[in-house]
Amino acid sequence: MNRSVLTIERALWWGPGLLFVLVLAVAPLLFSDFYLSQVITKALWLGIAAASLIFLAAYVGMVSLGQVALYGIAGFTMANLAAASGGSPIAWSPWPATLAGILAAVGAGLFIGAIASRSYGIYFLMITLAVGVLTFYFFAQVTQLSGFGGVNNVARPGIVSNPVRDPQNLFYIALIASAAVYLFVRYLARTPLGLALQGVRDDPSRMRALGYNVPLLRMLAFGLGALIASFAGILSVWWNTRISPGSIDLARTIDVLVIAVIGGLYRLEGAWVGAFAFAALDNWTRGLDIVGQRFNTVVGAIFLAIVILSPGGLMGIWQSITDFLASRLSGRPPARPSAGPADEARAASDSPQPS
Amino acid sequence: MSGQTATAADLGRRARLTGLPPGALALRVAVTLVIAFVAVWVAYKAYGEPRTFVIVGLNGLTLAGLYFVVASGFTLIFGLMRVVNMAHGSLYMLAGFFALELQTTLTGGETTSAFGSSEAGLGDWLIPLIVACLAVGVIGLVMQQLFLRWNQGQELRQALITIAISIIIADQTLAHFGGIAESLAAPDVFPESVDLPFSNLTYPFFRIFVLLVAIAVGLSLWAMIQRTRFGMIVRAGVDDRQMVSALGINIQLVFASAFFLGAMLAGLGGVLGGTMISVDKANDTQYLLISLIVVIIGGMGSLAGAAIGALALGLVDSFGDVYLPAGYTNYSILLIFGLLVLVLAIRPQGLLGRPG
Repeated sequence: MNRSVLTIERALWWGPGLLFVLVLAVAPLLFSDFYLSQVITKALWLGIAAASLIFLAAYVGMVSLGQVALYGIAGFTMANLAAASGGSPIAWSPWPATLAGILAAVGAGLFIGAIASRSYGIYFLMITLAVGVLTFYFFAQVTQLSGFGGVNNVARPGIVSNPVRDPQNLFYIALIASAAVYLFVRYLARTPLGLALQGVRDDPSRMRALGYNVPLLRMLAFGLGALIASFAGILSVWWNTRISPGSIDLARTIDVLVIAVIGGLYRLEGAWVGAFAFAALDNWTRGLDIVGQRFNTVVGAIFLAIVILSPGGLMGIWQSITDFLASRLSGRPPARPSAGPADEARAASDSPQPS
Repeated sequence: MSGQTATAADLGRRARLTGLPPGALALRVAVTLVIAFVAVWVAYKAYGEPRTFVIVGLNGLTLAGLYFVVASGFTLIFGLMRVVNMAHGSLYMLAGFFALELQTTLTGGETTSAFGSSEAGLGDWLIPLIVACLAVGVIGLVMQQLFLRWNQGQELRQALITIAISIIIADQTLAHFGGIAESLAAPDVFPESVDLPFSNLTYPFFRIFVLLVAIAVGLSLWAMIQRTRFGMIVRAGVDDRQMVSALGINIQLVFASAFFLGAMLAGLGGVLGGTMISVDKANDTQYLLISLIVVIIGGMGSLAGAAIGALALGLVDSFGDVYLPAGYTNYSILLIFGLLVLVLAIRPQGLLGRPG
């Protein structure tokens, strides 16, 4: 079958995604400034953070809870180097500080990757979680770099403008960054490196037998995940104009995990789907009397329900719907539009074991 | 030429067989140097101020006792069921709040002080301890029966489920108990402090008591696992679950009991820690981290590993705060990170963990 044929399955799968992107492209015309900033832009950078987690989980089989710590390292490095109140007295101009933040996160990612890459599955999850929480305590304790008050009024590049009064610029930056991350990961998946990573996901011992350096590949993958996470960290600092240990605590780590799981841990698109669901839910429930301050209980309950009922998340549900519709419309037995990582969803709930 | 190739291949094979990656020797040397440097530094400081050394060392040992009690429950559950209970810290925190609430009710709320003059009778401390442990044990049991019984073997999914539960517990705790850190009052039959047999030092009695409890818990768990029928089933279950149930043993009952016991140990830790330090809404994160680090260092599922891990963490924790050069003491968290890196660099599965 010709790969370029537009089948019903493909149309059902990609159609809504395209529509979603088109609506987003003109979002400043459709939504109020408040909604644009507080829900949509926030969802975009949260989505990038979740994408770094999903990239590692779906393509390399590494479920990491250290992504928020890595974005925190990017954010704190930038905030300390740029002009700001609190933190170190260094005052670089914003762009070099941003670059340094990204490099610091990638460096930290490679280092953490080097120590954690020989552990698999649930052990890897535990190690990354421990490192993540340690990072939180580090920034909470070290007053020279942050302390509990955090670093405030971080200088932004001129192009970012004021995220409250003038939210379009940051929105478009976040949108472009999201698109770039998405396209980068999709491209990477087809390169030899990406294929090797997927091989490591499926069977580390066979890859080792084929002569691949499995720990090195996993370390590199973790570095790439850190690169993606660092974008989210930079954007979050621009969006908040500040960063504090509270921005990278365990609750924030769990938020990003919740987003990834609600969206679908094994589909890259799920990162932003989950992030929009999360940000919209957050915004909506704050106005409800019944929920009030108990937003986290609602999130926990939804998270629990998703993990129990549909481990594939919203993307998994959507996939079932499109499969069903496609088989109805075409009169053929259901076929998946692409043999993507979604197929791993069930299998990967049992994480790969080293031999 | 061919001889050389054979030697290289031979070396490569030997390296693989022993599990040593290339550069392992350099790594070992580096690790040894780091440990030697730390030992010399501590010895130098100890020689300068022996009294500080004794107090800080005791602080480390008693902290290690508390960490061991908490982490032993975590590692017990993991060893048998392969469940990483991310709500373990939440159970710890809940027990502390339950006990605090009950003690306040029993005594009329006039007792809160860490080691000051205690107004609480023995019952005012013991009853909350027992009730909180049982309550938390039951919560753990319900959690296991409702959410973890039907998806055994799906490690990631189970971890996610316990994370979801920990979110709900954290939020509900905040709603019901508020966010103020308080301490449980130790019973008034305990002396406030004991005299150490040297240097005219006194030391808080309750911290020593925690260490003794930890030793008792460790010994009884060891005896239970090594000497009783239940322990035999647990050990067999760790090795081969299916075979155990094929032999006609009700493995579900064993799982349920182990989860109950593991949760109770979190609860015991919560009450001890709540008396020794404080009951705080941030306890869940803190003690989840401690449990994780202890078992990552010691090896998942190993009781002796948990003891070693707790000892290492407790000592690093307490010496790090005091022995770092002045002005850098708030970097002490890096020492814990360093400890983790050190262990993972040599043994990814933990000091006493089994490979794979």
